[in-house]
Amino acid sequence: MNTSSTSTDTNDSTSDSPSGRSGGTGGTHRDVDVLVVGAGPAGLAAAARLAALGAGRVEILEREREPGGVPRHCFHRGFGTGAESVDGPAYVGRWTAAAERAGVRLRTGVTALGWTGPLTLATTGPDGPAEVSARAVVLATGARERPRAARLVPGTRPAGVFTTGELQQSVYLYRQDVGRRAVVVGAEQVSYHAVDTLRRAGVAPVAMVTEYERHQASPAHATAARLRYGVPLLTRTTVTALVGHGRLAGVRLRHSDGRTTTLACDTAVFTGDFVPEHELARDGGLVLDPGTLGPAVDMSFRTTRDGVFAVGSLLHAAEPAGTAAREGVLAAVPVLAHLAAVPGTHRAAPVPVRVDAPLRWIAPNLLATATARQPFVLRTARFLDRPVLQVAQDGRVLHHERLRGTAVPNRTVGMSAAWVRDVDPDGGPVRITVLGTTGGTPTPTEPPAADGGTDTP
Amino acid sequence: MTVVGAGVVGSAVARELARYPALRTALVDARDDVGDGTSKANTAILHTGFDAVPGSLESRLVRDGSRLLAAYAADCGIPLERVGALLVAWDEEQLAALPALAAKARRNGYDDTVLLDAAEVRAREPRLGPGALGALAVPGESVVCPWSTTLAYATQAVRAGTDLHLNCRVARVDQVTGAAGHHVLTTDRGTLRTRWLVNAAGLRADEFDLLLGHRDFTVRPRRGQLLVLDTPARDLVRHILLPVPTALGKGVLVTPTVHGNVLVGPTAEDLDGPDAKDDTATTAEGLEGLRAQGARIVPALLGAEVTAAYAGLRAATGHEDYRVRAHPAQRYVTLGGVRSTGLSASLALAAHTLDLLTGAGLDPGPSAALPPIRVPDLGRTAERPCVRADLIARDPAYGTLVCHCERVSLGEIRDALDSTVPPVTPDGLRRRTRARGGRCQGSHCGAAVRDLLRRAGGTPT
Repeated sequence: MNTSSTSTDTNDSTSDSPSGRSGGTGGTHRDVDVLVVGAGPAGLAAAARLAALGAGRVEILEREREPGGVPRHCFHRGFGTGAESVDGPAYVGRWTAAAERAGVRLRTGVTALGWTGPLTLATTGPDGPAEVSARAVVLATGARERPRAARLVPGTRPAGVFTTGELQQSVYLYRQDVGRRAVVVGAEQVSYHAVDTLRRAGVAPVAMVTEYERHQASPAHATAARLRYGVPLLTRTTVTALVGHGRLAGVRLRHSDGRTTTLACDTAVFTGDFVPEHELARDGGLVLDPGTLGPAVDMSFRTTRDGVFAVGSLLHAAEPAGTAAREGVLAAVPVLAHLAAVPGTHRAAPVPVRVDAPLRWIAPNLLATATARQPFVLRTARFLDRPVLQVAQDGRVLHHERLRGTAVPNRTVGMSAAWVRDVDPDGGPVRITVLGTTGGTPTPTEPPAADGGTDTP
Repeated sequence: MTVVGAGVVGSAVARELARYPALRTALVDARDDVGDGTSKANTAILHTGFDAVPGSLESRLVRDGSRLLAAYAADCGIPLERVGALLVAWDEEQLAALPALAAKARRNGYDDTVLLDAAEVRAREPRLGPGALGALAVPGESVVCPWSTTLAYATQAVRAGTDLHLNCRVARVDQVTGAAGHHVLTTDRGTLRTRWLVNAAGLRADEFDLLLGHRDFTVRPRRGQLLVLDTPARDLVRHILLPVPTALGKGVLVTPTVHGNVLVGPTAEDLDGPDAKDDTATTAEGLEGLRAQGARIVPALLGAEVTAAYAGLRAATGHEDYRVRAHPAQRYVTLGGVRSTGLSASLALAAHTLDLLTGAGLDPGPSAALPPIRVPDLGRTAERPCVRADLIARDPAYGTLVCHCERVSLGEIRDALDSTVPPVTPDGLRRRTRARGGRCQGSHCGAAVRDLLRRAGGTPT
């Protein structure tokens, strides 16, 4: 198969597509059955499952030298379940082994550059540029933390400013000196992992800072950081500037009462605030959901292009590795169904699902005839105590649901999918609204945005 | 011969002088890289000089320099796109000002401006916000890579024999008079004796002038904050969208970049105080203002992710024109007050400096051709090494990507670290390769990049 065979996918669009310049001086062309982009938990699980179920030639492209995605630099336990809980590298090691056992071809150090046909990707790597055509493509490109600049944090541009991912790579993969005193920006689960990484690297975490009124992590983590390690959590606090030339000298803060202070530190870690790595999806012209910023998908992980699927944190940034892997497994069934179907089968236009503030997004966010069932996941921009969610379409209420406990920002809120069968496939968008919360004043229902947009801070 | 200041102007001067093998030239800079001051943080526009003060030195040098740099860029592989500019009028006052600007352009020797009505503006720039009443088109305005330009000048000068001294702040200048008169420069890195001296110290040109006893001007830094938007924004903007200058100030511009981003800025803040010349901090008000103004010009920009925010300082002097002056008795030339057009004027300013030096009595001797150079073409339209089968077949390092956002290969990073003017910091490496310059800002590759830099002997702070 490693020949320059012509495929129907390498059609005339190749010549005028910017990414179609991949060859120029002669790349190779291969055909596979399923091409998975990204060897994180979601991609590995999808490929392993597909190969095990007999999908044929299944190939994964991974741009890093090692498979595993984000967990490969997460040296803390909590991956997998219960007594089998292991650290990140061990966890993705299992999935990598499973994929290889199932016959998946794992190609690391290979980057997908763009699309040269509906199901054809231009790639490059140490073996040179190539094109790979598939009968189905599964995007599993994951998510990244927003760096300091994208958060519009003012000040100077000194060294010593990290995201959790860069910090973990620096400490665990490259054994670099990352400073002495660090401020951690954010108080969600990943922020506490940043604290752990700093402590292991011999850096004193001097404070955690969040604009929210509370942390958004598990109570055990938050308590340990505060009491055992003595890291104060500064709530309702904004980072107003970074100071220092050359190396970071401090972080200027504004507290809820308007007071401003400067915390001396030589390291700052901007944690969380994940966004999908959606560049390949965007380049392929897939419709992106305005809330998640990942490709819009239905309950079968189908994007708006026939034969292109998406799984994992690309759809809802970001989820634990186990959630991403579970999606990869679930996606195998609809991908197989696609491989078995007659090409060009008519597919009705899916109905979009939208959320109103203070909800930020929901996934899946398209409704179509589904071959797999998964619960919905949502995110909120505010703490909501036992909120009642209303699902409606064209003014017709389909469902009410009171969530147990408090919906916490930066954490997944689950919601049942039982109402999906009542959706009119020819109707308008389905809207999810917060009707009220217990104990407190009801959340005023904000008027729905005309464009169906969501409240993205 | 010593040129103080290795920004875009000083490097261009050193390159000009390097044509003369009989001259032994030193290019010194206080910082650890060429182009690390004002030259690295600007709007990356190659101006035609259409809006300069007619008859000024700046007008002539920008006009000539613009043509020279366009040709030089083509020779060296410096990315340049002639996208053209539109001065967009958003109210009647601005609309009324356009014919006068066209007339001013003609007085500056630029005859190609075109007045556009509202419909024509909309046709040329479909994503423009509501309310554009008309525009003056300036088709000759281009965008260019400012980092490659300075680097090309310095590289060519060094290859032709110029001694480049970085981390070399000049603390004092002593004069030895008489027939064998010369200057003695006391620097961080020892003493430098030089017969001829060129001041291209940018923000500190006034302080350097003072070391030689001159008080012709004072530099009052004018801070310009800029936002860089991620590549999807590039499709939203076709031209350099300039504000129409009015009594209320200049306003901000929106411009595409050769690297495939969009810039919004700059602010114009006159800074005072002892630390003003180091105050390259962005501010909340500045960044929020840029977001709002950019969104007014092209509303769709509001949805774009911000890749970077930075501030540059222009060497403003309170004078309308450059403060360029020869002091023949001291064998000294000052290139002061080159505020924001240094990049555009650089090559013409270098030629002008040589004229001033020879006018002051310098005999440079016979000239020789400069060694031709190519810099890596980092432009969005260039074919990057990672897609070239021939290159990767010879060396797989060009197919090994380190920075995924900007698709920078290990081979390109290695080449930069091995180059004539190598980077010593991650930021210096970014300016040469774009590594860490994309949307993740090094979140994925920062640790790997620092590791490569450390192995090359740099300071991976």
